Formats: sequence, structure tokens, C-alpha cells
Amino acid sequence: MADKVLMKGNEALAEAAILAGCRHYFGYPITPQTEVAAYMAKKMPKIGGTFLQAESEIAAINMVYGVSSAGHRVMTSSSSPGISLKGEGISYLAGADLPALVVNVQRGGPGLGGIQPSQSDYFQATKGAAHGDFHMIVLAPASVQEMAELTIKGFELADKYRMTSMILADGTMGQMMEPVDLDFKITPEPEKPWATTGTKLKRNHNIVNSLSLVPEELEQLNIARYERYKTVEENECMYEEYLVDDADIVLVAFGITSRVSKHAIDNAREQGVKVGLIRPITLWPFPKAPFQKAVGHAKAFITVELNMGQMIEDVKLATNCKVPVHLCNRVGGMIPDHTQVYDKIMEINEEVK
Amino acid sequence: MKLPIQCLFSGFGGQGILFSGKFMAYKGMIEDKFVSWLPSYGPEMRGGTASCSVVISDREIASPIISTPDILVAMNLPSLDKYEKIVKKGGTIFVDSTLIERKVERDDVNVYYVPATKLASDNNMPTLANMILVGKILKVRNEYSEESVRAALTKVVSAKHADLLEVNMKAMQIGASYEE
Repeated sequence: MADKVLMKGNEALAEAAILAGCRHYFGYPITPQTEVAAYMAKKMPKIGGTFLQAESEIAAINMVYGVSSAGHRVMTSSSSPGISLKGEGISYLAGADLPALVVNVQRGGPGLGGIQPSQSDYFQATKGAAHGDFHMIVLAPASVQEMAELTIKGFELADKYRMTSMILADGTMGQMMEPVDLDFKITPEPEKPWATTGTKLKRNHNIVNSLSLVPEELEQLNIARYERYKTVEENECMYEEYLVDDADIVLVAFGITSRVSKHAIDNAREQGVKVGLIRPITLWPFPKAPFQKAVGHAKAFITVELNMGQMIEDVKLATNCKVPVHLCNRVGGMIPDHTQVYDKIMEINEEVK
Repeated sequence: MKLPIQCLFSGFGGQGILFSGKFMAYKGMIEDKFVSWLPSYGPEMRGGTASCSVVISDREIASPIISTPDILVAMNLPSLDKYEKIVKKGGTIFVDSTLIERKVERDDVNVYYVPATKLASDNNMPTLANMILVGKILKVRNEYSEESVRAALTKVVSAKHADLLEVNMKAMQIGASYEE
């Protein structure tokens, strides 16, 4: 194993993208993700890659479209308001079935909001990034190590399913430093026979396009795309379970709040309260299996989120509303202390006893 | 060493606040602890106060954000004014007494007054008041050894600035041996 190094999440993510073979980065600065762009600006020219600070987020995402069409690994990154601007381009990527990596290091909203950590773009990432019927694969890191690991995973899944992968991080993940081990095994990039690389007069033209004016054909494209999404849902769900097997109360959290939750769970367990955690790592596809198992013994669920209650809807769906689902949250850039989560556990424990 | 410890380093931008925090995090890392380092990244950083939070633990760190620090390093008055009240009861405050004239008001915390900025300029190392304070922290916590300090410093001082290693060592030694 290589030596661990102390890195910011944003930098670990950028380095992992380079390790994954990404040689094209387009971005526009915004706190708290600017270090991604800064790292790429420093590194890409040295390794024959492209770093380009676009004139806007909209330009950046369309440059991603171009590089992806030519069959290369490519990424862009931003924070919440910038991701909204990228929405149109993300929809075009979906319509053209192009792989790409988009990183959202979330900050508080709506509007320009603030610059402190948030998870308030859950709905946007998992359900409605832009117009049209489509999904992105959404990966939620909970450590600097995962910022790197899931970036590599994101590129692999994007290529495998010809989809956009999104890293849905937050300000703490981007800004904090933790030890990280960057000694990864990288699977080689797959062949992309659909890419527009020039026919060399040896094959028919490849066409990459999101325009389809014949309704019958557009319908078939949508249906075929959703068949592919079904395969993703069946094969690519990722999650972590912590002390769930005997739990009366199951916390559900991703990213930074999952770590705060574990701390609260340990303290509550010391008081004899049977409580555990399901941490979805893929937010789309949302991992339903651990919920279907837990709903057999759990008397209540609590989602711990940095928003006004967004993932809670997926938890209600995954449990078919069989038991109550409560919310423990902070918003606007605030993060709950483990004592707040502990108090919520104890409050719900009184109710379900 | 009792863990976890939560350290808050604070002062003006330019005093090396982030660097001293990074040193502490690296030292924890090479001693096989879980560590996190989080800078304040608000707009207040420009010419105003800078701070960073370091957590060193023997288990996975719940949150890199600190609400009640065990250790506060205050290198300017606004930082002491802002953070004195949130230090954990029984915690420790390190004050750069060259730049902060007032005393700590609380009587339920341990306080060390170190004229770090003056010691730094007297020793011809004007930018290293931060590391003088780090030396003092390590001494107070019984963690100061030349060997461990050098190991961590080698990690945190980039190869480009390797010539600064010895002067950083010296700064920490000055802090460690300073008695009020």
C-alpha cells in the first residue's frame, strides 16, 4: 500500500479523475468546489490534458458534451447554483446517451444561498436535474477517501451505461482534509465504437444527437433508455449498513450526516437503545433492499439530512410507508451536532417503546 | 493521549493558522490516528480572521466541524473574543500574548500565555509565531519529541521549501521550552 497523504476532498477527487484517465476538464469557479478547478489547472497541462475555464457553467457542460461525443473521459464540477445552470447540458447528455462525470459540491440554497455545506440538491440530483425523462447515477461520498474512490467508480459506471454520473458531495467533503490512499487499480477505459472519431472511410457515420423529431422513434429511445436504467437499478445499488440487524430505530443518512449519525448511534447503544444506520452510497439508484429487510423489525426510521426533508420521500417509498419516517435536519449551511441526532433518537425511542 | 481532541486554530489570515493545523493533523496521521482538518472558507477570510478545525481521534471522526474545542489557539483578539466562550470546560486556551493584551475571562479552563509573535521576531523568524505556539501545545500535552515533530514536519513542509524545516524545528523548540 502506498503512503497515505493528507488531502482536501476536492483535490483528492481531482487527482482520482486524473488517475481514472480523465484528461479533459471544463469548469467555472464557485465556492466550495474551486479547488477542483485549481488542481486541474495545475496538473492538466503537465500531463497533456486540457484544463479550460469556460466563460460560464453552461459553456463548460457543452464542452463536456463535445469531448464525450469524441469518446474521451471528461468532467466538470460546480456547486449548487452552477449545477442548475448546467441542467440543460445534462439533459442533452442524457438525450444523446453520453457518459460524463459531473461533480456537485453542494452549498445552501435556494438562489445564490450561502457557501456553507448542504444536501439540498438531493431532489435535483436524483429526480429532476433538468427537462425530460432521464436519470443520472448519483454517488454520495462520506469521506475524502470516498471522494476519490467514487470518482473512479463514477467514470466506470458512466462508460458502462452511457450515462452521466454525478458526485453529490457537500462543502465539508470538498473542504476538509483527511488521510487518503490513492493507490487504485484502474480498469481500462472500454472501447467506444459509437464515438464520433472519424470514419476513415471504413465505417458508416456515427451520429451523436439528442434531437428526435419522429414521435414513434423518440418513444422507443425513451423506452430503451429506461430498460438500461432498470439494469442499473438491479446491479449497481451501493449502501452501507451499521448495526441494523436488531435495530428498532433505523437512521438513514448519506455523506457527512451519516458520520454524525454513527456517533449518535454509538452513544444511544451505550444507553441500550437498539438503533442502526443505512447509508445509501448510490442515491440513484436508491438502494431499496436494505429497507425491505429492515422494515420487518424496525419500528421507526429517521432520516438525517441537510435539507428540509428530501431523501425522506425515497425512504417512505422504499418502506411502503409501513412504519413512521421522521426527519432530523439542519439547513442553510448548518450541520447537526451528534447530540442533536442523539436527542432525536431518544425522542423517537420514547414513542415506539 | 486522551482522544478525541478537537483543536481550533484562529487568528489573522497570514499568520500560518492553516499551516499549524495541518501540521497537527499530519502528526496525528503518522501516529495512525483518524484525523480531519477543515478550514473556515467564508468570505471573512480576506484580510479578516482565519481559522481551522483539527480533530484527532482513535475512531472514525463524526464531523470535522467543532462546536466545543478542547484546545483553542488564539492569535488575535477577535479570535479570543469569538471563541473563548465555546471552549470545553476543562479545556485549554493558548494565547499569543504579544498580540492579545487582555486575559482570558473564564476560570474553568487552563490558559497559557505565550508572547509568540515577540519570541518569533526576537529569534529572527517573524513568520513562525504559529509554530512556537504549536511547540507549546505539544509540550503541555507531553507530546513533544524532536523525532515525532521532525517526522510530521517532513510531511507538511513541501520539498520545494525543505530549507524551512530546521527553522520550523527551532520555532517549536522555542515554544516547547518557553515558561511564563
